Amino acid sequence: MMSQILPILIATLIAGTPLVYAALGELVTERSGVLNMGVEGMMVVGAVIAFITMQTTGELWLAVMTAMLAAMLLALMFSVLVVSFRAHQVAVGLAMTIFGTSFGSFIGKSYVGMAIVMEPSTLSALASKIPLLGIVLGQLHPLVWLSWALFAGVWFFLYRTRYGLIVRAVGEAPSSAHAIGYPVVLIRYLCTLFGGAMAGVAGAYISIVYTSLWTEGLIAGRGWIAVALVVFATWRPGRCFLGAYLFGGATIAQLFAQSAGIGLPSELMSALPYLVTILVLVLISRNATLMRLNVPASLGQPFVAGG
Amino acid sequence: MPHTASSSSEYRLELRGIGKTYPGVIANDGIDLRVNPGEIHAIVGENGAGKSTLMKIIYGMVHADSGDMLWDGREVSITSPADAQRLGIGMVFQHFALFDTLTVAENIALALPGKQNIEILSGRIADVATHYGLPVEPGRHIYTMSVGERQRVEIISALLQNPRLLILDEPTSVLTPQAVEKLFITLRQIAEEGCSILYISHKLNEIRDLCHKATILRGGRVTGVCDPSLESPASMARLMIGTDLADYRQRTRSVAGAVRLAVNGLDLPTADPFGTILSSITLSVRGGEILGIAGVSGNGQQELLAALSGETRLARRDAIIIDGAPAGHLDPAGRRKLGLCSVPEDRLRQGSVPSLPLSENVLLTANSGGAVEAGLIRFDRILDFAERCIRAFDVRCPGPAAPAGSLSGGNLQKFIIGREILQEPGVLIVSQPTWGVDVGAALVIRQALLDLRERGAAIVVISEELDELFDIADHIAVIAGGRLTEATAIADANRNDIGLAMSGSRMEKEMADAL
Amino acid sequence: MRFERRPKPSTLMIFLSPVISLVLTASVAMVIFASAGLEPLGALVTFLTAPLADLYGVGELLIKAAPLVLIGIGLAIGFRAGIWNVGAEGQLTAGVIFGGYVALHFGPDGGLSVLPAMVISGAIGGMIWAAIPAFLRVRFNASEILTSLMLNYVAGLWLTWLIFGPWRDPAGFNFPQSEPLAPAALFPILVEGTRMNASIIFALIAVVMGWIFMKRSFIGFQLKVTGLSAGAARYAGFSVTRAVWIGMLVSGAVAGMAGVGEIAGPLAQIFPNASPGYGYAAIIVAYLGRLNPLGILLSGLLMALLYLAGDLAQMSLGMPSSITGLLQSTLLFFLLTADVLVHHRIRFKTSGRKGVTA
Repeated sequence: MMSQILPILIATLIAGTPLVYAALGELVTERSGVLNMGVEGMMVVGAVIAFITMQTTGELWLAVMTAMLAAMLLALMFSVLVVSFRAHQVAVGLAMTIFGTSFGSFIGKSYVGMAIVMEPSTLSALASKIPLLGIVLGQLHPLVWLSWALFAGVWFFLYRTRYGLIVRAVGEAPSSAHAIGYPVVLIRYLCTLFGGAMAGVAGAYISIVYTSLWTEGLIAGRGWIAVALVVFATWRPGRCFLGAYLFGGATIAQLFAQSAGIGLPSELMSALPYLVTILVLVLISRNATLMRLNVPASLGQPFVAGG
Repeated sequence: MPHTASSSSEYRLELRGIGKTYPGVIANDGIDLRVNPGEIHAIVGENGAGKSTLMKIIYGMVHADSGDMLWDGREVSITSPADAQRLGIGMVFQHFALFDTLTVAENIALALPGKQNIEILSGRIADVATHYGLPVEPGRHIYTMSVGERQRVEIISALLQNPRLLILDEPTSVLTPQAVEKLFITLRQIAEEGCSILYISHKLNEIRDLCHKATILRGGRVTGVCDPSLESPASMARLMIGTDLADYRQRTRSVAGAVRLAVNGLDLPTADPFGTILSSITLSVRGGEILGIAGVSGNGQQELLAALSGETRLARRDAIIIDGAPAGHLDPAGRRKLGLCSVPEDRLRQGSVPSLPLSENVLLTANSGGAVEAGLIRFDRILDFAERCIRAFDVRCPGPAAPAGSLSGGNLQKFIIGREILQEPGVLIVSQPTWGVDVGAALVIRQALLDLRERGAAIVVISEELDELFDIADHIAVIAGGRLTEATAIADANRNDIGLAMSGSRMEKEMADAL
Repeated sequence: MRFERRPKPSTLMIFLSPVISLVLTASVAMVIFASAGLEPLGALVTFLTAPLADLYGVGELLIKAAPLVLIGIGLAIGFRAGIWNVGAEGQLTAGVIFGGYVALHFGPDGGLSVLPAMVISGAIGGMIWAAIPAFLRVRFNASEILTSLMLNYVAGLWLTWLIFGPWRDPAGFNFPQSEPLAPAALFPILVEGTRMNASIIFALIAVVMGWIFMKRSFIGFQLKVTGLSAGAARYAGFSVTRAVWIGMLVSGAVAGMAGVGEIAGPLAQIFPNASPGYGYAAIIVAYLGRLNPLGILLSGLLMALLYLAGDLAQMSLGMPSSITGLLQSTLLFFLLTADVLVHHRIRFKTSGRKGVTA
């Protein structure tokens, strides 16, 4: 029994990790009132940059760093258009996704099909020696542990620090925050850049650790699932964290089906995460009161100072 | 309160030649202002005179194009609200700078500089609240609070920063008459303790009651500085609007006709946690009558208008009866066919689409009977309608092709009300007809309503301005907490009783009892 | 430097901003060419003109533009109403599935009714696929952006399953493809020597009908108001529900038809990726065309040119064909940026104020 559950647990944790990063990042962005629909594009860019860096230098953490920076660059472009120039957030986000996907496809052309040889992480090897938890920890890449730290950090930031309170206030009523004297534009920039950075890490994780190769369509809509995840979580970090594993589990439904002896077409299994996403979106969105009380009231609307 | 004259170096705040121009309009032009310590100084002017812009400049939200500001005799440059707060300027906004989903204490913690311990802060909030007689519970969420309570939070928040100048922007527009009195007691106490107060308002009798001095603005310029207690309302009004206040054309005591609008026991729950539930609303209006519905904002006015106009459809068909026909289930277009038109309170976000030309804005409601033929728009006809509306209601604008958003508040309001009146409705529902509108336009609008009444229509006017209702309504009822009182004839109505009824919501009543 | 809102949108910028974005995109293209070792200006000229060298090329342009224009018009109707249908790709695929079913099962028997049946069923397929997000939005207030997007992936997987399964080409050596479509299921060629077919006519009809709908019809006006101001739409009694249904169903139908146009046209067979991302490209086409039918016609032609140029670039310039997507989205980006100047202007202010002496 244990021997069956454990691999599935590990697989779920691994599959959910990119969603943890991307969704928590988007959560912070949306909490400040900015709707970033470009997460998918930023993940693609992060993935391809990380892969190329890893392929050329073999340095994992350097690859993650470059992925973060590349995604943050996209996020910066997005912020300039949407926060400073007050362009339409949805339109720019879509453009960002199409751009990121095309860009990734373009510069990744010569790397398609190449695989990275991943050396087992020394940290993980060390961790496997920890009693009890070691069995699980040892099979997880340090990036997975970091995602847990990220969750704790985001939660603490939003609910236990003054700056987190300010971010929430900005998302709720930016004109009020401005009237009190807070730099709304700066705060939105920072939150969007953070979201972009996390999307970059998510992409890097996918291309380096999770699949260790690069192809077109690698991200397969997980950036979009992350955006939906934030809605499903009603903008709360805890729900977001758990939801990421729920969806991560859906992406590896094939595994569950096999161990339970269910023989369904592989395409249907592959469609599961998307169908589950639709389902949970509907379940949450239909509750108008829940939405009204939790959605950052200014989400998606441009902020005009002195207006 | 007598004051000795002070020399220039002792003014708390002095403005010299402040100017601000926006594209197409001069908001402030060469404004001088002198405020003494501990003085309650009114900034008087009608809507559009430049008061708000001036206050935003003082508070650092807007940068002046020209002129100087002196604080305690020293020249300063205030470039942000943070700067203003550091000097000791506090502001209580007309539309509060509060966060609905946070508590009182969390809101005030955000407004104060530096990290705040919520418990200690809650204690300080309670102390200030008691000292100034402004009851507030630090742990409550803002969205559960009435407008009057929210204002108390704003005032306490400003007071906790030990201001030496407190700016209040139209504070009484959301208060019942009794609450206004209590506010004045608080303000006098604050002034006696040495804090100067800038009181922005267009309500002359309040200013005479409360303020030591008044600076009067018109068209962005200072037209006079006076001691309100030495002036008559007429003289101040003259400085404010430039001419004498015109009077309404004689209202003939017309015989009221049949009941044209009847609402029976309307109940309307709301899914919006920030909204108001309507309970057992009952009213009836005859042809040739105006029913005024008084009330402080946030007591269900928006929900009531939506229920009457058809924006919110009702389960019971006979909850609303228009000229004898059940209409509860009909949408706005259906009710318009029965002769019911409406004017919402927000002219920019509901009554019109600011980016579209006036001619297309006509199409929002005046779209039956010729404007649309075989599903296609007759542009010539809507243009014609728009022109007629502009002429009949004195709408100052470049023409029917002008975007609605380019009109001033008063002119846009005249256009929107005109659009509805030109459809010759049998029943007209209007919400806040003259909010934010200059005196001249307000007169035109009220006269238009009186004229429509003469032609036999039944009119409902929902308004926060008691004066307005006493001017034009035949009957008056009060909406509070989603409930409507019975209507009384204006001649028999007592302002004090109306004021008490307006504060019918639970919290306000408790406060009234506490004092 | 500050941004100020203009009192009225600048008419000059409305015309200038697409031009600016074209120029900027061309510059980006030249930079890409240069970094690949090519002579930038020459490469750009080759890039843009090579596809149009002969009649066949022009035919290819029109054939490529037709689905883009068709879908673009459908999307524009929804976008103007604030209905963000991002699922055109999936709706197109649904059209391929429904139309393909008719083609594979009734095509071989021949007959004049096959083609119309294909087109109609393709439209129905697209409408059904679009009806799902519409229903979820109207009934449950679920964001149509996310639901329609998710359905793109689902549709793609469904088609994949069909092609690897029941529709597999028995003579296809296990390649992912269906049987070639019977002649009765193919659009007839309009002009000798090209591959132009009836989908071009559909596109033109869509432009005309789109124009009448958007500019002249009352329903079009209602949708426009819904997109501009939710509050005004509610006040006026313009139903958001109806706007959602119209916006989604119309774009779904034309996307489905465009899908049929692909398999009954140039492809003549059903592949898992029947569309080279037309559903997404059409979003760019709609925006580039400023949600205006005539503008969409022009931007559709431009985007089609970029597609062809990208395909040829592999042969003539040695560039990967994904340069197309890159330039298309860059163009959109620059347009969104330049559009800012329509509503805002830049003010350079020298502030001569002293600091606060507190």
